[in-house]
Amino acid sequence: MKWGALAFGYAFLYAPIALLVLGSFNESRLTTVWSGFSLRWYRALLEDAALREAAWLSLWIAAVSATGAMLLGGAAGIALVRFGRFRGRGVFTGLLAAPLVLPDLLIGLSLLLLFVLLERTLGWPAGRGAGTIVLAHVTLGIAFVAFTVRARLVGQGGVLEEAAADLGAAPLVVLWRITLPLLAPALAAGWGLAFVLSLDDVVVASFVAGPGATTLPMHMFSTLRLGPTPVLNALATVLLAVTLVVGWAAWRWLPVAGGGRRH
Amino acid sequence: MRILLLLPVWTWLLLCVAAPAAILLAIALAVPAEAVPPFVLGWNLEPLALALGDPLYREALWGSVRVALLAAGLCLLVGYPMALGIARAPARWRPVLRALVVVPFLSGVLLRLVAWIGILRDEGYLNAALLALGVVEAPVAMLHSEAAMLVGLVYVYLPFMVLPIEARLSAADPALEQAAADLGASPWRAWWRVTLPLSLPGVVAGVVLVAVPVSGEVVVPALLGSAETLMLGRVIWDTFFQERDWPQAAALAVVLLALVLVPMGLMRR
Repeated sequence: MKWGALAFGYAFLYAPIALLVLGSFNESRLTTVWSGFSLRWYRALLEDAALREAAWLSLWIAAVSATGAMLLGGAAGIALVRFGRFRGRGVFTGLLAAPLVLPDLLIGLSLLLLFVLLERTLGWPAGRGAGTIVLAHVTLGIAFVAFTVRARLVGQGGVLEEAAADLGAAPLVVLWRITLPLLAPALAAGWGLAFVLSLDDVVVASFVAGPGATTLPMHMFSTLRLGPTPVLNALATVLLAVTLVVGWAAWRWLPVAGGGRRH
Repeated sequence: MRILLLLPVWTWLLLCVAAPAAILLAIALAVPAEAVPPFVLGWNLEPLALALGDPLYREALWGSVRVALLAAGLCLLVGYPMALGIARAPARWRPVLRALVVVPFLSGVLLRLVAWIGILRDEGYLNAALLALGVVEAPVAMLHSEAAMLVGLVYVYLPFMVLPIEARLSAADPALEQAAADLGASPWRAWWRVTLPLSLPGVVAGVVLVAVPVSGEVVVPALLGSAETLMLGRVIWDTFFQERDWPQAAALAVVLLALVLVPMGLMRR
């Protein structure tokens, strides 16, 4: 009965994805009629200029915002583990975790209102587009990095840092020479998670994008609302490959998932 | 050094998380206007009163609560046995089994919904299978129904249920259940009296982690759901983008925020 539950669960999780990948190589336009192996939908994918543009924009946004989230989230993670009960820690943790749990809709709407108000009063950000999406995605990603970093640091106790300090290293030297190398895998994992998160977001981006910028998920969402096409199967398969590679790398380094190296 | 690390994060969190929440509240109290942006700041309780009193909005609020609880319940039904299965598996398999739960989560929501549309639509795999088996004569319309939406929601949010429960179950001492069995408890009774109470914090976390985001979900209802299922997410989205009534959308968002803060506060304790 234990194996039954697992088999059912994993079949439920993976069968739809398997059918999707299979369908993307089907020559026929009808998903359920197999008329032979074909890459025609992938070719159609490459020829779609609007889609290519959206894909580049999304990759660029994901890379920049993941990097921002890694820097800020890394600092937050170190603070959570190494700084003890600093002032405002409870509020800090709450604000950090909020974008992780709250519905995307609330994050997107409230950030848009912030950007509009800032533009009215300070004149910045002037208009909305890729820049505001990056700001929003950094906000979404910080918690992922912070909690990954915390999970790795908790198991370490700070002995190495103390030893370095005892031997006369200045705090910044300790941070640069000891803490950061220790954290590199967690930072890489957090970067990967933030990247994947940004590449997948429709709701927040739709709010903060303005009319100028259309990301890949926004493009997919509007196409899907009109009805599914085989080209979308091909696109989904490509995205699956990309996220699997990034996700695998992240999991490999992720301290909490039990994968990869612990020390 | 503390300042160096903490100051940028504090600044970012206050500016991009705390300030937007305050602004949301301010605009929920603003007066709608024919302007760009379409409101004038002020003290106007009408949008909030309407958000709580209007029959349409109340139906959406109730719809969100109902769908969130249904989705969490169904996730629990599928996820608890899976979590138990992973926790009882040999220790060296557990990381792999756990990762297999996380991988679909990383693969993106839209992608997984494309997969389900391919299964559920009129010319999809499920109808083809039913036709081939002779169960039905003509394709059954399955897409754009509440059932399809629930399947999609369970599919998208299942990892959030499995992982916290599994973490609790794996941390529990197997000797406790063994002791119950030795003292004559049936496997069901041992589970009911020993294992379930030990895993309860994980269950609570899982239910909150599923129900909170589902209550504001937009994408799954839009792609798989029926137009008849009214939920706050879609109502806020339409009020904002179609009707361009920003104060009303903000007021509804404040109601949603208040709704989800209750269970989140519950989990922190």
